[in-house]
Amino acid sequence: MHLSLALVLSALLFGLGVYGVLARRNAVALLMAVELMLNAANLDLVAFDAWFKDALHGGQVFALFVVVIAAAEVGVGLAIVLTVFRLRDTVAVDALTQLADRDPRQAVDSTS
Amino acid sequence: MTGADLVFGLLGVLCAAAGVAVVTSRNVIHAALWLVVCFGALAGCYLVLTAEFLAWVQVLIYIGAVVVLMLFGAMLTRAPIGSHADLDSGNRPLAALAGVATAGVLGTLVVSAFKGAYVDVHHTEIGDGHATGAAVFRFFVLPFEVASVLLLAALVGAIVLTRPAAADASDRATAADVAESR
Repeated sequence: MHLSLALVLSALLFGLGVYGVLARRNAVALLMAVELMLNAANLDLVAFDAWFKDALHGGQVFALFVVVIAAAEVGVGLAIVLTVFRLRDTVAVDALTQLADRDPRQAVDSTS
Repeated sequence: MTGADLVFGLLGVLCAAAGVAVVTSRNVIHAALWLVVCFGALAGCYLVLTAEFLAWVQVLIYIGAVVVLMLFGAMLTRAPIGSHADLDSGNRPLAALAGVATAGVLGTLVVSAFKGAYVDVHHTEIGDGHATGAAVFRFFVLPFEVASVLLLAALVGAIVLTRPAAADASDRATAADVAESR
């Protein structure tokens, strides 16, 4: 099969992930978009592994490690989201502006 | 066009369409379920690309664990069940521009760089459990052990972060004691 097929699908998935991360407001939906981007990278690794006929299967093993790191990331990420929800009663990322660099006179009312 | 091209193309269209549904769905639960379709189609793509073991790992870890974790997260944060208009923030046009630009640049780059590159899937060693296991435990043992430590650290970190209010309550109690003693 043509390598470009896999690479174009990977680029599409990555673009979708970028859109999701920037456009989503709910933190859980944002994490889903991050997963899309990680999977785009995985697809590239697997495609190049098959293309190179890598004797060490480096691409597939690296993709395995990416899966492991994605699992760790989603676990810690959801823990942080739950903690934020407990403290602020919201998971809307554009409502969490306490660390934003902005005019201090306007920032006073946004602190809890 | 070979059979592998055809199957990969169909799975790719399914995967991309499910990905679009993931990032545009107005319902968090629906988005998580579309994520299942997307990852399942991607596992099929891995199978076409001879990564057999990785395809099943994808099904087990992503569909079995990560999506379930997402659903738990959506429910624990009391995500609005049912469609909700304010799931997206106000910068959708800019985000769409950035996404299309990223996909366009990446796509044209890789297509022009690997024009005509052909994956001979019939004469590639299948990445089944034996081959992948041999590769991991012969050449990637140290990263494997580091990954296990990373998972342990993430597990402990997640538990500490989400531990219920026992620690908070004792903190508050001591704070109240201090306030009283004053």
